[in-house]
Amino acid sequence: MADAEGQVIVGLEVHCQLDTKSKLFCGCSTDYRSDGPNTHVCPICLGLPGAMPALNRMAIEFAMKVAKALNCEIINEAEFSRKNYFYPDLDKAYQITQYDKPLALGGYLEIEGDGGGEKKVRLTRIHVEEDPGRLLHMGNAERGKYSLVDYNRAGIPLIEIVSEPDMRSPKEARKFLNKLRATLEYLSVFDSEKEGSLRVDANISIKGSERVEVKNITSYKGVEKALTFEVTRQKNLIRRGQKIDRETRHYLEARGITQSARSKEQEHDYRYFPEPDLRPLRVKSWLDNIVLPELPDARRERFIAQYGCSPSHARTLTGELKLANFFEQVVRGDPSGLSPLAATWIADTLIGELNYRDMSLDLVDPAAMIGLVQLLKSGTITDKSGVEILRVILDQRHKGEATETPDAIVKRLDLGKAPSDDTALLPVINEVIAENPKAVEDYRHGIDASGNFLVGQAMKKTRGKSDPKVLYQLFSKVVRTKEV
Amino acid sequence: MARHTIPFEPDDPCHSFLTTCTPAEYGDGPLAGVAVAVKDNISTKGIETTCASKILKGYIPPYDAHVVGLLRSAGAAIVGKTNMDEFGMGTTTENSAFGPTLNPCDPSRVPGGSSGGSAAAVAAGMVRMALGSDTGGSIRCPAAFCGIVGLKPSYGRVSRYGLIAYSNSLEQIGPLGKTVQDISTLMGVIAGYDRHDSTSQDRPYRHTPAADIKGLKIGIPEEYFGRGVDPHVADVVRKAIARLEECGATTVPCSIPSMEYALAAYYVTCTSEASSNLARFDGVRYGPPPDTRKPWHDAFQEVRRAGFGAEVRRRILLGTFALSSGYYGKYYAKAQVARENVREDFNRIFHDVDVIAGPTMPTIAFKLKEKTDPLSMYLADILTVPANLAGIPSISVPCGSSEGMPVGLQIMGRMFEDERVVDVAYAYEQAVN
Ligand SMILES: [Zn+2]
Repeated sequence: MADAEGQVIVGLEVHCQLDTKSKLFCGCSTDYRSDGPNTHVCPICLGLPGAMPALNRMAIEFAMKVAKALNCEIINEAEFSRKNYFYPDLDKAYQITQYDKPLALGGYLEIEGDGGGEKKVRLTRIHVEEDPGRLLHMGNAERGKYSLVDYNRAGIPLIEIVSEPDMRSPKEARKFLNKLRATLEYLSVFDSEKEGSLRVDANISIKGSERVEVKNITSYKGVEKALTFEVTRQKNLIRRGQKIDRETRHYLEARGITQSARSKEQEHDYRYFPEPDLRPLRVKSWLDNIVLPELPDARRERFIAQYGCSPSHARTLTGELKLANFFEQVVRGDPSGLSPLAATWIADTLIGELNYRDMSLDLVDPAAMIGLVQLLKSGTITDKSGVEILRVILDQRHKGEATETPDAIVKRLDLGKAPSDDTALLPVINEVIAENPKAVEDYRHGIDASGNFLVGQAMKKTRGKSDPKVLYQLFSKVVRTKEV
Repeated sequence: MARHTIPFEPDDPCHSFLTTCTPAEYGDGPLAGVAVAVKDNISTKGIETTCASKILKGYIPPYDAHVVGLLRSAGAAIVGKTNMDEFGMGTTTENSAFGPTLNPCDPSRVPGGSSGGSAAAVAAGMVRMALGSDTGGSIRCPAAFCGIVGLKPSYGRVSRYGLIAYSNSLEQIGPLGKTVQDISTLMGVIAGYDRHDSTSQDRPYRHTPAADIKGLKIGIPEEYFGRGVDPHVADVVRKAIARLEECGATTVPCSIPSMEYALAAYYVTCTSEASSNLARFDGVRYGPPPDTRKPWHDAFQEVRRAGFGAEVRRRILLGTFALSSGYYGKYYAKAQVARENVREDFNRIFHDVDVIAGPTMPTIAFKLKEKTDPLSMYLADILTVPANLAGIPSISVPCGSSEGMPVGLQIMGRMFEDERVVDVAYAYEQAVN
């Protein structure tokens, strides 16, 4: 299907740090984030004269897992190359990467397309490379007094996953990234919570115009933001009849905008040539020994089949490894089978409340969720009380206070559902009817909104503990009786 | 391990050393107390290692090259670091930022290069043996010019870890010594697999030289006695080969047609690799600090312009050009094809012969400052670079003199048959002594 003029076209280059114990070419630990600068270094990752790279087998295995999971083809004889450029954070003045013989070619990743349904995003290649060090600019990046170099990050294994220009909106790009993250996490080769573990360069164009490369996107949300900014910028230019330059732009995360890179940075000749200190990689046969775990798509299908989740809940729940595991812990903790209810409460309510607090799922105890869902299932509390209980639990966790069980919160706040028999509720009903004659009149004339209003008034009087369904039935009965 | 010391306070009239270790420590082992000199491009923990370049002045490696560790555990006394052409780029040791080394046989002549300091230290009797490195003849050339023995091992037999890279795919660390026996002993210490060098091979050297070469077939390539080779040198070498025939070897004429492109392939490959290897010397970590008030790319340029000598700058520029986009296919890729042709030529010849013999250098040692034109200097490497391009072992053993200066007999062998070239050199040495 050919794209129409004006269609947004996006391709991504995603760099992910592989979560190996040691660096790509030396024995230094990759666990540097909590340590001081230049503490995880050795002659090799400092690029000292005479030091030579020795390949970390584990990094290649991790990369091959990813390649297999993404349906790529491992090439017979992959090769490392040197990418030569000067930059103060690059200790050897070249990066060992892969150029014309990358580890894997082709493959695809399925995402939920904007048009609904599954959509295949084709991959071009996956290659392995080393991370450079980091510059710490003292003061303003442009006019700082000086910069410090930290080589702790130098030599951390990266994979670069390059997609074809198959995405048609910033939203699809974000979905691609989320799905990719989930897949890498399921494979246990990637830790998305480590700062700087993911970096994205995006190619974006409007059909019929030149392509722009946006570099330096370092967050999941940033991808959608940066691309949305670019779509607007490019469409505005086209609308004004201006030409879009083929160029590289940097994404400035703090300001949410992209900015043209200096022309000097755009004219790199990296002078690639095969790394003479490493042998070609003949690893295709390793594929036979790689056993893949259950991946997001398979798990989603299983959640639908096994737990009766709705397709959309199943997609949300399996979209993050931790969330999927959490859901299964909750479901397994309840033998009476609360799956669909648990799915709703986790995928919709819990996620919403966590996002509101910018809180990690790690802080939530599955046992609390099991307790809460059981209270809801048994009809002990209303949905409204359920939300209240969840908020109490999350707030206590968030603030690091002592936590109560859902049962204890029900008792303390007296959230047990009011008796639903008529005798206990009738006085409340009569009170509301007496106080709102106009609404009663409207309700009698078939205006549903008035019925809801009356139920709301009654809920207020019972402090949310009554079942709104029961209240509604009672109103209809009483009003009808009074008519007679 | 017991530690002992020897004093090492020699006169050094030929300027063989850039650094001396006084006193030099040594331990127990097969080389206990033997004074060994190490070329200044091989990293020595705690001992300044400069590659004879201003840009590395003051650099003290925090680690030992693999071979240095092996030397230390064999008990050797590392007595100092020897002069060389800056980063190994040269054939005379005149390209040292710290002044040339003189040839102990005639101080008005160069010792050859780039391991000129190591060769001169051995020739002058300052040390019994030394380590050099050979990218395109850098061990064999000074061995020939100074009248000692030098071996370029098969590519991969000696770990390069800690050797400050000039051209990774061509170079090997190797021994220099007065006698073939010493070469063999040192080779026994330094050869073998090293997990830090992915190109190293699990082929340790455990060999005692044997002089019996009855039935040995020696290939004599016409190119090694043709145009550009001094007829007097050629005569000396022919006589040496005749001695080997007297010992029971037979000779077979042969030809290496790919030699027509060997020099070009060599210079494209080594300058390309060097342009990348030497890029790290930018003033941020080594050498005089850059002017921090300037933008970093300007500061880098200044440091590099001031820190590298003319020959190094020339080779960096050549290599940078050869790798640039649009030229890679024309130069670097073509050079690799030519290199493969050289390998194939050797394979073909080694079907019929056991070793190949010829002169090591086309001439005797040059006068100091005699070679001013870089191209004529490059031509002097024509007989040594084929072994580096093919990766095969090659030894130079003294075989007489011309105009009173030593001439070297070069013996090349099949890949990993270092033992055999040592044996042939040993047979010659025994026959003439
Ligand atoms: Zn390291």
